[in-house]
Amino acid sequence: MMSEIFSVAFITGIIAATLRMSTPIILATLGEIITERSGVLNLGIEGTMLFGAAIGFLTTLSTGSLWLGVLAAALAGIALSLIMAILSVYLGLSQHVSGLGITIFASGLAMFIYRLVVGSPTVPPIIDPFSPIAIPLLSRIPILGGSFFTQYSLTYITWLLIPAVSIFLFKTRAGLRVRTIGQNPFAADTVGVNVNLTRTLCLAAGGAFFGVAGAFLTLAHQNMFLIDVIGGRGWIAIAMTIFGNWNPVMGAVGGLIFGFLDALQLRLQTLGVDLPFHIFLMIPYLITIFALISVSRKASVPAGLLKPYRREDKGG
Amino acid sequence: MQPVIEMRGVTKRFVDVIANDKVDLKLFPKEIVGLLGENGAGKTTLMNVLFGYYNLDGGKLLINGGEVTFGSPKDAINHGIAMIHQHFTLVQTQSVLENVMIGMEGSFFLNKKKAREKLLGIEKDFGLNLDPDAIVWTLSIGEQQKLEILKSLYRGAKTLIMDEPTAVLAPTETIELFETLRILVASGHSIIFISHHLQEVMDICDRVIVLRSGKRVAERKVSETSIPELASLMVGRELLERLERGEAKTGNAVLEARNLKVRNNRGIVAVDNLSFTLREGEVLGVAGVSGNGQTALSEMLFGQVKPEDGEIHISGKNIPGGSPSAIIKEGMARIPEDRIKTGLFMDLSVKENMILESHVNEPISKKGLINMKEIRSFAEKCINNFSVKTDGMDAPVKSLSGGNLQKVILARELVGKPKVVVACQPTRGLDVGAMEYVHQAMLDQKTDGAGVLLISDDLDEIFLLSDRIIVMYEGKIIGEVSTNEADRDKIGLWMSGVTS
Ligand SMILES: Nc1ncnc2c1ncn2[C@@H]1O[C@H](COP(=O)(O)OP(=O)(O)OP(=O)(O)O)[C@@H](O)[C@H]1O
Ligand SMILES: [Mg+2]
Repeated sequence: MMSEIFSVAFITGIIAATLRMSTPIILATLGEIITERSGVLNLGIEGTMLFGAAIGFLTTLSTGSLWLGVLAAALAGIALSLIMAILSVYLGLSQHVSGLGITIFASGLAMFIYRLVVGSPTVPPIIDPFSPIAIPLLSRIPILGGSFFTQYSLTYITWLLIPAVSIFLFKTRAGLRVRTIGQNPFAADTVGVNVNLTRTLCLAAGGAFFGVAGAFLTLAHQNMFLIDVIGGRGWIAIAMTIFGNWNPVMGAVGGLIFGFLDALQLRLQTLGVDLPFHIFLMIPYLITIFALISVSRKASVPAGLLKPYRREDKGG
Repeated sequence: MQPVIEMRGVTKRFVDVIANDKVDLKLFPKEIVGLLGENGAGKTTLMNVLFGYYNLDGGKLLINGGEVTFGSPKDAINHGIAMIHQHFTLVQTQSVLENVMIGMEGSFFLNKKKAREKLLGIEKDFGLNLDPDAIVWTLSIGEQQKLEILKSLYRGAKTLIMDEPTAVLAPTETIELFETLRILVASGHSIIFISHHLQEVMDICDRVIVLRSGKRVAERKVSETSIPELASLMVGRELLERLERGEAKTGNAVLEARNLKVRNNRGIVAVDNLSFTLREGEVLGVAGVSGNGQTALSEMLFGQVKPEDGEIHISGKNIPGGSPSAIIKEGMARIPEDRIKTGLFMDLSVKENMILESHVNEPISKKGLINMKEIRSFAEKCINNFSVKTDGMDAPVKSLSGGNLQKVILARELVGKPKVVVACQPTRGLDVGAMEYVHQAMLDQKTDGAGVLLISDDLDEIFLLSDRIIVMYEGKIIGEVSTNEADRDKIGLWMSGVTS
């Protein structure tokens, strides 16, 4: 078995799978980082991803266009996040309650719409999913080129989004506003920044990321919609946000590690080790918990996180 | 002459109070106007209206003679008005430069180079030197205030509203601030200055406006008034003559600190090998420029922080470090420096805040259940004994004025006849009336036989109340003297680290 693990084919296979498996996690983590940097914890993430997965799949199923599916998933994510904005930003309700509420609501809604469209056939309908694109030249690099540069277009886009989100947060005026609002909304308000509008926009951007992250699973990773397709990846993204200390690059590193563990456990299952497969499924989640315990003590949480902002003007 | 700012008949109502009632205010170019009033008189509210943070319910605002309406602080900023709040509006984790740049117009990408040049230019013009790359939490309070002023100037403010800027400053920092204000005025700015320290107002202002219960009750030129007159205008009655300190009848040691040592959260030694003894029936004043370890000392005494080294003894008993409950049990009354952050839960009601420390004991709780009737009668007693002004014990404490917040803490801590009272900056931000009340309460405790440790950077307060004075400098006690033999100049030297 050892020789199999260290074979070139095994390693390149793992690398390719790691990049694939980490795509939805990284995408969702980037979305959550943007939202949390503005001071809102969006626990609607898991439900929003499932909703994006369903809407994206159904759109592609009925139009035949994969990119229309991606677009629809993004819009679906935005729509749910706007509900989150109304509840947690404008009405000032608890972010925990609103987020979990959105997740429960969206999960039910996703299943409902799916049933409404496809009914309950014995064999679930499938689509023709994204296929990996080999980048000319780069994919020809010996040994590793093939695994790094034969990926889905959504994976490439995700990789471009990591520096993009970083630059947005740390190098642009808008990013400075977002970070300020997350740390001290009052400070932002007193220099004329519209706190609630900015938070809403961040939620919307995050929602689009979640929707597409979900759709990746039904349009690329698999070719059908199943109720457990997200499998807790939204919660993992929340964990990776903390793990990455609200920094896009570090969050992506966390996503990669999780993707690697996920890919590894799949391989190990197929190598025929004599253990129930549930044990393998647990590995990435277990390691995530331990990673979080060690890292989160040093984490610097945005000081304004979880706090609705309202001017203290109860006047009439 | 045309006033830069004119408020005409400004009224601001909150649900159940009229915070400002038809207030008139004029501010002329190059003028510093002092705004005086008791806690809750409506000073901050009036300024928040001028700053566009609150909408006004009546009256008019004129800038350079033209009427304006402000929907948000942005409108005020665009009209050259900036406000420096009592609690700073800075982002602790960002650099000086980033704090200055927040919310400014400009290109999509942050142009830090250009901003830095502009900032350095302003720093040079007004003699406010700060490293643009310093992260805010590494700055002293005085430096953070400089940053707030720089932020305003960067936005082109011509009028600065300063809400109790000196409340958190050490005396030397106050002197520096006043120099800055004089430079600002000389270069054509106008300033509204709020303070409870009448001497400061006399020193820096040209004109004073006094508010009482939301109404403007008086206006004086500083050259034509006096501190006693201003005080009685604020309070609406003659203030009592000077308090009587009385002789100390000292008894046994109630609080002993032995070789205490602790580091602050940046790993620097904040208190170093510090020892003192406090006896029954005396007030021991701890003087010193703020930032010399007083906060760390109080945190250890309060059980919030565990000493790295040394022991704390109450009535001869060694108390485990870092355990607030052990300290409460031994009968220490704790009056913390920061009422809002560590003294009270702002969203809880008055009665809930009053039972914070006693809710685990009989009769308030029995077998794990709390007794509402007992709570009410306890809170009732506290409110009456300490004449707390509130809409009732069920009102959230955040609706109380500064002075009354402090009374809630005093009531909670003092009602149970403590053996030791440790009071940290107990009158910071309080008006003259409330200050007098707190001072009397401290002296009453002493007369009742408690030992009182008074940590304060207000030297007047130290001299007024203490029987004995120790001075802290860089975490150590640099000198000790009995008040009757104390000489102000010498203490001043000790505070700046000079012995001999
Ligand atoms: N957001 C608010 N909601 C309800 N009442 C308020 C609010 N802000 C202030 N008040 C009330 O308005 C009155 C004026 O308060 P304000 O803070 O303006 O007083 P102040 O003169 O600044 O006092 P201090 O010297 O303690 O700072 C007080 O009675 C206060 O309780
Ligand atoms: Mg005030």
